[in-house]
Amino acid sequence: MASKKDPQTADTVVPVLQEATLGLLRELVAHLRQNRTQLREEWVRRITEAQLLIAMTKEEIFAEATSVFDNYVELLETGSIEALQAHARNLSERIIPRGVETQEVVGIVLLLRDVLARSLFKKYQSDFALLNSVLDAYEPAANRIANTVSVGFVQERERIIRQQQEAIRELSTPVLQVRERLLILPIIGVIDPQRSRQITEQLLRGIRANRAKVVVIDITGVPTIDSQVANHLVQTVEASRLMGATVIVTGLSSEIAQTLVTIGVDLGKMKTVGDLQGGIEESERILGYKVIDVSEAPVQKSPGVM
Amino acid sequence: MEVPILKQGDYLIASIQSALSDADLLNLRDELADRVGRFRSRGVIVDVTPIDVMDSFATRTMRSIAHMLKLRGAETVIVGIQPEVAFAMVQLGLTLEDVATALDLEEGLAYLNDRMTGGSSSVR
Repeated sequence: MASKKDPQTADTVVPVLQEATLGLLRELVAHLRQNRTQLREEWVRRITEAQLLIAMTKEEIFAEATSVFDNYVELLETGSIEALQAHARNLSERIIPRGVETQEVVGIVLLLRDVLARSLFKKYQSDFALLNSVLDAYEPAANRIANTVSVGFVQERERIIRQQQEAIRELSTPVLQVRERLLILPIIGVIDPQRSRQITEQLLRGIRANRAKVVVIDITGVPTIDSQVANHLVQTVEASRLMGATVIVTGLSSEIAQTLVTIGVDLGKMKTVGDLQGGIEESERILGYKVIDVSEAPVQKSPGVM
Repeated sequence: MEVPILKQGDYLIASIQSALSDADLLNLRDELADRVGRFRSRGVIVDVTPIDVMDSFATRTMRSIAHMLKLRGAETVIVGIQPEVAFAMVQLGLTLEDVATALDLEEGLAYLNDRMTGGSSSVR
């Protein structure tokens, strides 16, 4: 079978061994097929015993185990790794949201390897030489399978993490115009250096695009700040000033206030107001807006008009 | 590259057209100091919109222009600093502390008008 020389794996069996190995593998596959039910059950029992996959019900484990087992045997037979890769990806997609850990996946694959190896020991225990060559054929293939499944799982995980990071990045820094020339920048969550750089960029661009004169940065939703980020915040305030905009920082928690004072950030350059409402009121004052209660407005006017 | 200086009522507008050498900057400074006296200007706007790098010398010269003109009786506003330039300047610690800045020419004029009428200091 030519597919045995899969270029993806370095541990492909040396060609000289191949003919004999293939014969053994075929025999092996036949053996595994014959004992499918029993081996599967043994595997599932071992999984339950080792307390792996506790997030799933017994029936689910059995169903998954069956499909992994069949794929496993098929790979031993055909040497085609693609089907198993696809299966591993598919499996990971299903089980990751349920909170299955990497160690569990590696654990169950190694358990299967163990279960199958034991059954081989039992079958060939009388003929040591044959057992040896059967293991020679079995081990590389089994290693490859364990590798593929684990790597597939980890890759899927990384893909999800990347996707989520992207989503967070996109959601994290809205620059909103609330009035003519007034921008609000609500920041929620931890600010790391990368994010703070992104915030600054978006803010400065927003100032130019909206011709903003006042910007309120609300950091009520920021739990802590380190000195690097604090300095970056001050730099952002300064850069905004260079572009002609006044920055008001609101919602500093007492913890952050303490941090800023401790690390000696120059607060003289920063305008701070307690909460977002205060910040908006202050900026309205700067911009010359006045908010009037509708019910009061006509009363004040009517004497003049009459 | 000489910087055109336009007179607009009580104000002078120095509209920088391209990157300036150090000598050009010093020329601009001397020229402005001279014209402020000649035209009895009350305010000066330096428009730096096309500049994509503000090094320490340029920043220091801008600052000295503002201080010199103050002594000559005119208020100075720097306008049109681009976002990237602004952030680069701040990272280099060049923050033009005591110099007024505004988004663009229009804003700069509004700022000067505001200062001249002695109105409430709405911009810083």
